Amino acid sequence: MILAQAPSPPVEWAGISPLLALFGGAVVVLMGGLFPGRAVRERVVPGLALVTLLIALGCLIWQWDSEQDLLAGALRLDGLTLTLSVLFVVAGIATVGLAWRGFDRMESPEGEFYALVLTSIGGMVVLAAAQNFVALFLGFELLSIPLYVLCAIELRRKGSLESGLKYLVVGSVGSATLVYGLALVYGATGSTDFAAVARALTANAMNDDVLLLAGLALALVGFAFKASVAPFHQWTPDVYEGAPTPVTAFMATATKAAALGVTLRFLDVALFPAADDWAVPVAALALISIVVGNVGALGQSSLKRLLAYSSVAQAGYMLGGVVVGTSLGVQAIVFYLAVYLVMNLAAFAVVVARERETPLGDSMDALAGLGGSRPLLAWPMTISMLALAGFPLTAGFIGKFKLIEATVQGGWIFVGVAIVIGSMISLAYYLKVISVMWMRDAPAVEPAPAVKITPAGAPPPGGRPALAGGSPELDAEGRIDSGRRDPELVVLAVVFGAATLAAGIVPQPLLEWAAKAGEAFPGLF
Amino acid sequence: MSVSLSVLLWLPLAFGLVALVFPVRAVGKVSLLGAVLTLAYAIFALAQFDTGAGLQFVTDEAWIADLGISYKLGIDGLNLFLVLLTALLWVASTLWIELRGIGAHPLVRRRELFFWLALGETAVLGALLAQDLALFVLFFDLMLVPFFFLTGIWGGEQRVAATTKMVIYTLVGSLLMLSAVVATGVLASVQGGQPLTFDLVALAQLGVSEDAQTWIFLFFAAAFLVKMPAFPLHGWMPDAYQNMPLPVLALFSGVLSKVAAYGFLRIVLPLFPEASERFQELVLVVALASILYGSVMAFTTTRVRLILGYSSVAQLGFITLGIFALNGQGAQGALFQAFNHGLVVAPAFFFVALLAARAGGSEDLRDMGGLAFRAPVLAALFLIVALATLAMPGSPNFVGEFLILLGVFQEKIVFAIVASAGVVLAAVYMLRAFIRMMHERTAPEASSLEMRRRDGLVLVPLVAVLLFLAVYPQFALRRSEPAVLAAVGPVRAIIAPPPALELPGFLPGGQVPPGAVPQQVPPGAVPQQVPPGVGP
Repeated sequence: MILAQAPSPPVEWAGISPLLALFGGAVVVLMGGLFPGRAVRERVVPGLALVTLLIALGCLIWQWDSEQDLLAGALRLDGLTLTLSVLFVVAGIATVGLAWRGFDRMESPEGEFYALVLTSIGGMVVLAAAQNFVALFLGFELLSIPLYVLCAIELRRKGSLESGLKYLVVGSVGSATLVYGLALVYGATGSTDFAAVARALTANAMNDDVLLLAGLALALVGFAFKASVAPFHQWTPDVYEGAPTPVTAFMATATKAAALGVTLRFLDVALFPAADDWAVPVAALALISIVVGNVGALGQSSLKRLLAYSSVAQAGYMLGGVVVGTSLGVQAIVFYLAVYLVMNLAAFAVVVARERETPLGDSMDALAGLGGSRPLLAWPMTISMLALAGFPLTAGFIGKFKLIEATVQGGWIFVGVAIVIGSMISLAYYLKVISVMWMRDAPAVEPAPAVKITPAGAPPPGGRPALAGGSPELDAEGRIDSGRRDPELVVLAVVFGAATLAAGIVPQPLLEWAAKAGEAFPGLF
Repeated sequence: MSVSLSVLLWLPLAFGLVALVFPVRAVGKVSLLGAVLTLAYAIFALAQFDTGAGLQFVTDEAWIADLGISYKLGIDGLNLFLVLLTALLWVASTLWIELRGIGAHPLVRRRELFFWLALGETAVLGALLAQDLALFVLFFDLMLVPFFFLTGIWGGEQRVAATTKMVIYTLVGSLLMLSAVVATGVLASVQGGQPLTFDLVALAQLGVSEDAQTWIFLFFAAAFLVKMPAFPLHGWMPDAYQNMPLPVLALFSGVLSKVAAYGFLRIVLPLFPEASERFQELVLVVALASILYGSVMAFTTTRVRLILGYSSVAQLGFITLGIFALNGQGAQGALFQAFNHGLVVAPAFFFVALLAARAGGSEDLRDMGGLAFRAPVLAALFLIVALATLAMPGSPNFVGEFLILLGVFQEKIVFAIVASAGVVLAAVYMLRAFIRMMHERTAPEASSLEMRRRDGLVLVPLVAVLLFLAVYPQFALRRSEPAVLAAVGPVRAIIAPPPALELPGFLPGGQVPPGAVPQQVPPGAVPQQVPPGVGP
């Protein structure tokens, strides 16, 4: 009776349509995975996931010009939400493509896999749109919990399980730290709403409040865990290496974008009046990340570990845009996030392709001689590495340019110089990848081509030995076929490689797109 | 018919891309056609060039409006001859590779090879033509990419390590420069209350505060001095020079190092005059150290590539010295010398390739000797190049060095006196190298053979241009003078004009304000022209 009388908040159906599409799609996909037919699981389920993502993208474009509070002010549809959500969905589409034929026939986890990816994307959208601490934490967990499972989805592979467990433990610590920090900030300001927190901070001039400072510190640590910002990055290389590569790609791009996006919103909206408290610590985190990430990547021979450390460093660069606390900084981060997503996805598509074609896994040796044998994979990888290093005529150059511009304009020149110094160190390992592809011959140990070349679209031949007899390693090798050519991976690599180049040559549209994110922060100049 | 610099800039790359669809055998010919057309277009630009008109053939479009980057190209006296040099050397090198291959190995992966060559030419031309600071740094960094691949794929034994080292070394400077470029644009625009711009003309008018100039200058200097390379920053040079394929090395040493010298004149002096004046002596010390160190190393090593490499260090030391005399003569001489050095060092590397082939494949002085005996034409051409390298009177290099020393002499007499020793040292190491290679006792593996006609096809035109400039250096000097004076103008305005040490007939020491009516260089400005009878 009481419930019936309580006024229900108005629901802006149009505004939450992207979320509805994602969560509805997740349910449909999960159900689809229950069908026994292999064709349904291997074609229809990913197809449904793709359709869901396209619908969500359509909803985002439909709502592109709207700016409104949703669900009684818990969420907000604005420039930042929309731009970041597009990134999440694009990363999701790429993940579907990367995982398309990557599953073991016997395990057939397609239903769960794609449903979890969709749920996680939904969590990210909630996170990016969150306007109070409760919604923030809800989104945070909604994004994280599916990822724990996704990391461990290759049940038979020890590395995958280890990665999932590690991520679960570390991620939970991060979440706990974050929620504790949020609680303390709530204690200090008496509100969970971002705008109300900001008002309380301005009204009470409580920059030195111990409760606030402790809460701020803990919340920062929580975000740093999720965005894998050093020194809270230790889980990153292990988890990235162990997780199935499509999941790694998803984590490296979408999760990073979500975590940085919410950091941006939390600091630049809720705690903006206390900017003097957090600017220097965030700058310190940025510098540490840049150094630790780049130095850590130097000696890596595993591509996934290399990309993991590189993602730590790139998070450091992007924090430079948070530090300045200007609208230009927001634009620079969102632009860089988009660029970062594109260049990383090109690289991960190549890694996935080589994992399936060679027995070398994600080792750098798997790329040897790629320039001669597979130019369609080698070129995107080359462009991606050059872009990550910040070479001109690639999107990475413009991204760095924009970030440095933001830091200089905000008066944090030394952060800009740190970005540059980090890029110098990074050259050593990005160039190594390129030189392996173009300047080394393919290893002689490459096994003779498999029995027959898989025609495009057909399931991988062979299959692995019976369950009882198979060791995890054997399982992994059962799916390797040096004659295998997955056209969707080549398409993904080429599309994202070309996008990296295009955004470097004609960046104006992408810059204008990123400028929309800046509009979400009317308080910044 | 006006000159479109966009055509000049993109022609090589367009042909490089078109060549990809041709059958493998034709790829080199299509690329060569692109290089030749580029050269022809550059000569056309030279013919249309109006000495008194300042920056011309300007193309100015907004490229990235949000970042204030414009696509602005232009030619004036500063870059005209470097553009010609680039186009000329690219034709020579492409032709050489097409005729003789890139090294000892059979020519593999031709499509990639010619694509990278073409991209390299476009990048270098872009860096030279750019009149927007951000565009300049973009092309300046882009130059490295093709050379990374050209060295790493077709280079010597240590090619991958060498090319990685080279790129990292030079990009360290370039990336520092990138942050300095952004800072220059942002600080100048904010200070002037203008929307963000990187246009060089606009930036020169807006100016950067003296405090900011200090670190910005140092970042730029780091980028350019590494690229040259200058003495303490040359660590990448020996490995890179040892491992780069010779036709590529001819380009690298002939053109890329000059872009750095050009950068000082185009960007640093006009935009950061106060800092240039403040750090003048520091840079002069670096330049002197490069001259002395380069000369001594060139004298002691027996590897021919390194002799030329260290001699380049010394020569670029001279060029830097001339630029940081911060007056008209010095800068004029430096610019001219940059052109001349490109013109001698590129054929010198081609000669090394010829001589190494005659010395059993070895590029070591000790394995050579007596190569001149049955090859008079080869010896004569090489002698002309060698004598020009050591700045024998009568060569254009003599004119360049003379102007440089004259410029420095008026400003910092001590530096000029020490630098004069470098002139002598150049004679010592070049003559030693020439005698050991071409004369003396014939080495066991060496066989003296005349050069082929196809070698002459590459080398004779280069030597001919050298001889033309030896007879008529005014051809270049007159055209570059107004732009050089404009470039040093802001610095001259800070330094008081030097007290009377003006020799009659020489240019007034930079007293001409920027943009003033260009003066004809009086004939006496150039030392008496010895006829090019230096070759046997």
